[in-house]
Amino acid sequence: MTTAAHEAPIRTPLLSRRWRLFLGHSLAYLVMSALAFVFMVPLFWMLSTSLKSRWEVFAWPPQWIPVPAHWENFRLIFERVPLWRYAGNTVILVIGNLIGQLFAVPLVAYAFARLRFPGRNTLFFLMIATMMIPYQVTMIPLFTIFQRLGLVNTYVPLILPAFFGGPFFIFLMHQYIKTLPRDLDDAARIDGAGTWAILYQIILPLCRPPMTIVVVYTFWFTWNDFLHPLIYLNDISKFTIQLGLAMFRGRFDVEWNLLMAATLLAVLPLLIVYFFAQRHLIGGIASVGLKG
Amino acid sequence: MLNTWRQMRPRARREALEGYLGISPWLIGFLLFTLGPILASLYFSMTQWNIVETPKWIGFANYIKLLTDDPLFTKALQVTLTYVALAVPLRLVVGLGLSLLLNLKVRGMDVYRTIFYLPAVLSGVAVALMWIWIMHPDMGVVNNLLSLVGIQGPRWFWDPSTALISVVIMQLWYVGGSAVIYLAGLQNIPPHLYEAAEMDGANRWARFWSITLPLLTPTLFLQLVTNLIDAFQVFTSVYIITGGGPLRATWMYMLYLYEQAFQEFNMGYASAMAWILTIIIVVLSIIVFRTSDRWVYYEDTGEKAQ
Repeated sequence: MTTAAHEAPIRTPLLSRRWRLFLGHSLAYLVMSALAFVFMVPLFWMLSTSLKSRWEVFAWPPQWIPVPAHWENFRLIFERVPLWRYAGNTVILVIGNLIGQLFAVPLVAYAFARLRFPGRNTLFFLMIATMMIPYQVTMIPLFTIFQRLGLVNTYVPLILPAFFGGPFFIFLMHQYIKTLPRDLDDAARIDGAGTWAILYQIILPLCRPPMTIVVVYTFWFTWNDFLHPLIYLNDISKFTIQLGLAMFRGRFDVEWNLLMAATLLAVLPLLIVYFFAQRHLIGGIASVGLKG
Repeated sequence: MLNTWRQMRPRARREALEGYLGISPWLIGFLLFTLGPILASLYFSMTQWNIVETPKWIGFANYIKLLTDDPLFTKALQVTLTYVALAVPLRLVVGLGLSLLLNLKVRGMDVYRTIFYLPAVLSGVAVALMWIWIMHPDMGVVNNLLSLVGIQGPRWFWDPSTALISVVIMQLWYVGGSAVIYLAGLQNIPPHLYEAAEMDGANRWARFWSITLPLLTPTLFLQLVTNLIDAFQVFTSVYIITGGGPLRATWMYMLYLYEQAFQEFNMGYASAMAWILTIIIVVLSIIVFRTSDRWVYYEDTGEKAQ
């Protein structure tokens, strides 16, 4: 088929244009569907395992769809591991990080995008440059600072940094505010609105696309973060969902059905948010990746 | 700067003050949580320090020991460089290939895009645990599927000779994150270029090499730099799945750094490791930047910049 398409300009095609198009599309669907299957197998396997009994897990060849489905695994898991507590702890961190980012990001981005002050370009460049610094360099001194302040084993080290605004989010927001017409600000200023009123009443309501990205990615980063909770939290009662899962693995290494049930519950919030938000996200993130 | 300040009108001065106020959250964070720690880390890397006692100045001794007399460090460096050399080019090529497929003008492509991007939002311990189970040599789905076509699957994470490759394969699951960025790059290529080439009789292959690839190089370049930085910092998945084993086959840099800093509390030694990693990343980035004018195509000059 492809050969026919290649040589089409040189000799008369064997197949009519409509047929070639049809075959081309069929082939595209076939390849894409096969790839999509490969990409989805891990998640399906996780679901399948989570619905098996302890013994069915070891059956060979494995069953793809367990009959009967052992839904009680999802009850048993809560008796073994305080998943609700871990999820609740993680939600506290998510809310804290959201408040921090939503406070700092619009403020900083707006100041960089709209207000003139000496040194603005240098500082903005500096902010972009900090995105290149590997976090390992600041990780150890930050730990010692929080340790001196007696804040290890609290949520402060895991929430406070959000109140300074993530440079990536600030950059994203800054690029978006730049595309909004300046006339909006000027008109509001003539009407007597101050700088902050313009930000919160005129600009921010127009910034839904970048704000969606900030909210969703803050949720994902915080929910998935493992290294920081691992470093800062010691009390099991304060563990996040990722720490809880890591510990569960050590304790119940062989009970794969329960482990997969717990894993599925841990990724479920991510999946739900993804399906609601993906339309707003993929394009927005891609356009930033493009500009750098 | 003070002179500029004096020459400013009251209104401009007010605006500047508001500007500083606006960026103050970031500025405070930068000074206290980035710049300060960077300088502190540089100092710590020249000390022997177990976090309890006061740091003891030892000059470059940490660096010298790491580079000349620490087999575990040499191993970590070797494993990480191997991983980077395998994972980064593979991710680039596969991501690009996937984006070309996603760019086909076929109905329902949104659904496929959603599926391929999905893994990019799933990470952390949960997904690492899922991968242990998927690639389990005896009960995993991968070896099950392989056995259906008559192939005896390897022991993946459980065998020192395949463990690192397994991590590379696992990371490919996240390739949709890159593909979507290439896709946006592809969709920015003006269609009239293809139309003109088609009229000149260029076939698909020629169009790819002479239009698509050159115009995509700025995107490829940025992805190369970010993928490089990310690959050096792999932690969670290997920590959970292999813990660096078997026989240190997946002994990544970050695992050793974490062990030294937060299990052994050799804060000075770990800081020196962080700086060596930074220097490696910076040097590699500079090399990529330097060579970029030979292969990155800039549209406005109309030719490869010299």
